[in-house]
Parts: sequence; C-alpha cells; structure tokens
Amino acid sequence: MSGMSKIVKTSVNILFPLTMIFGLYVIAHGHLTPGGGFQGGAIVASGCAMIVVAYGSKWVFKQINEKRLSTFESIGGVGFITVALLGLVFSTVFFGNFLAGSNLLFGTTPATGSTGADFNTGGVLPLMNFAVGVKVIAGLFVIVLVMAYASSVKEWDT
Amino acid sequence: MEKRTIVAVVVFAIVAVFFFFSIFLIHPFGKPGQVNMDDHIIANTQNETGTNNGVTSTVFDYRGFDTLGEATILFTAVAGVLMIFRRVK
Repeated sequence: MSGMSKIVKTSVNILFPLTMIFGLYVIAHGHLTPGGGFQGGAIVASGCAMIVVAYGSKWVFKQINEKRLSTFESIGGVGFITVALLGLVFSTVFFGNFLAGSNLLFGTTPATGSTGADFNTGGVLPLMNFAVGVKVIAGLFVIVLVMAYASSVKEWDT
Repeated sequence: MEKRTIVAVVVFAIVAVFFFFSIFLIHPFGKPGQVNMDDHIIANTQNETGTNNGVTSTVFDYRGFDTLGEATILFTAVAGVLMIFRRVK
C-alpha cells in the first residue's frame, strides 16, 4: 500500500517538475499572458494531485499535513487582502493600484497599443497574482489530499 | 388537484411568460447595449493599471472586489472539506 507501480512513479517523477514550472510560469506572468493566480494555482495543484495518485496519500501525508497547507492558504488570503488594504492607504480606494506608474516595483507603464511583454509592469497585479496563486495551490491541494487520505483509511486519528 | 400544485403551476406560468418575452428584448448578438465601460477599460487599461493583459487588469483591479468574493468561496470550500474530513479524536 505505497502508491502505484514503478512505471507510474517514474512517469510522475518526469512530469512533476515540468508541471511545476508551467504552473509557476502561468502565475508569474499572469499580468502579461493568459492565465493568472487561479489558473496557475490549479495547474500546480493538479501536479500535486498527480503525486498523491502515484505515491499514495499516506506517503504524502508523512511529508506535509493538512494544517500546514491550511496555514499557507490563510497566508495567501491575508496577503491578498493586505495588498487591497494598502491600496486604501496609499491610493484612494480599496483595491487601488498604487504601484502602477510609480517606477517602483512593477511600476513601469507600457506604451499604449500592442507592445512587447515587459515583466516589470502591472503595479499590484503581480503581487495579487502571487497571493492568489499560493492560496489556490494550498487550497486545492489540501482538498485533494484530505479527501484521498480520508477515503483510504477507515478511521483516521494520527 | 391540491392547492399547492395549482399555486406552483400558476407561478411557473408567470415566470415562463416573463422569460419568453425577455427573449425578444435581448439585444442582437454582437451588439451590446451599453459599451461605455467596455470602451473605457479597453482604451485606458494600459495607462491606468500598467498592464498589457486587459483581462487580468479587469479581474484584479477594476473588479477586484469580485475576485475577493471568489477567494472567499475557495476559503469556504476548504473550510468545509476540512470540517467534514476532520480528524476523529
């Protein structure tokens, strides 16, 4: 009872880093390309679900438990609201984009029209994408992990 | 027939008539009625939010409060799952 066969584990070992890279790319480039925190977080969480399928939820549960993942989810949510409240402080409104056009972090303004991708743009949008990404990764992974683990044991009290 | 069934049929008929007539009030496809907000976002999204991606600027900046609601939905889902599958003491 330790996961699936060696073929599946080897395939997942090859696919898992690529899935991580693709998901984190979608999160980090959320303000330039299609995607964002929700979509990239779903990609990364599906990669983690692949690990759960291949190695078994008991093995994954020894590495990380649901309380730590729930803490990460709360950190993402608090970060999202914190950035929104900073908009209330430094700008005028809740969710105000106080970093756009300030030449600070992510503060460059792209030229109007169809321009090339510049990573250092977007104001608070990349920060919100990171926060939502952490939130979605931890949230979806903890749902998958807890449901898989609860269905594999009769009465779980570890 | 029961009184309950008659009331249900009458209410269903009224709602169905409203839906049926609303079909003819829909604007033609591809011709939205109000375009002021769309035009403003398309024209000013690069200057105001500094982003080339108009969808992200809409979701996280112009309609950030809606995204806060979506994040709350995910938080509630996780809380519910962890409550149902909690550890038995």
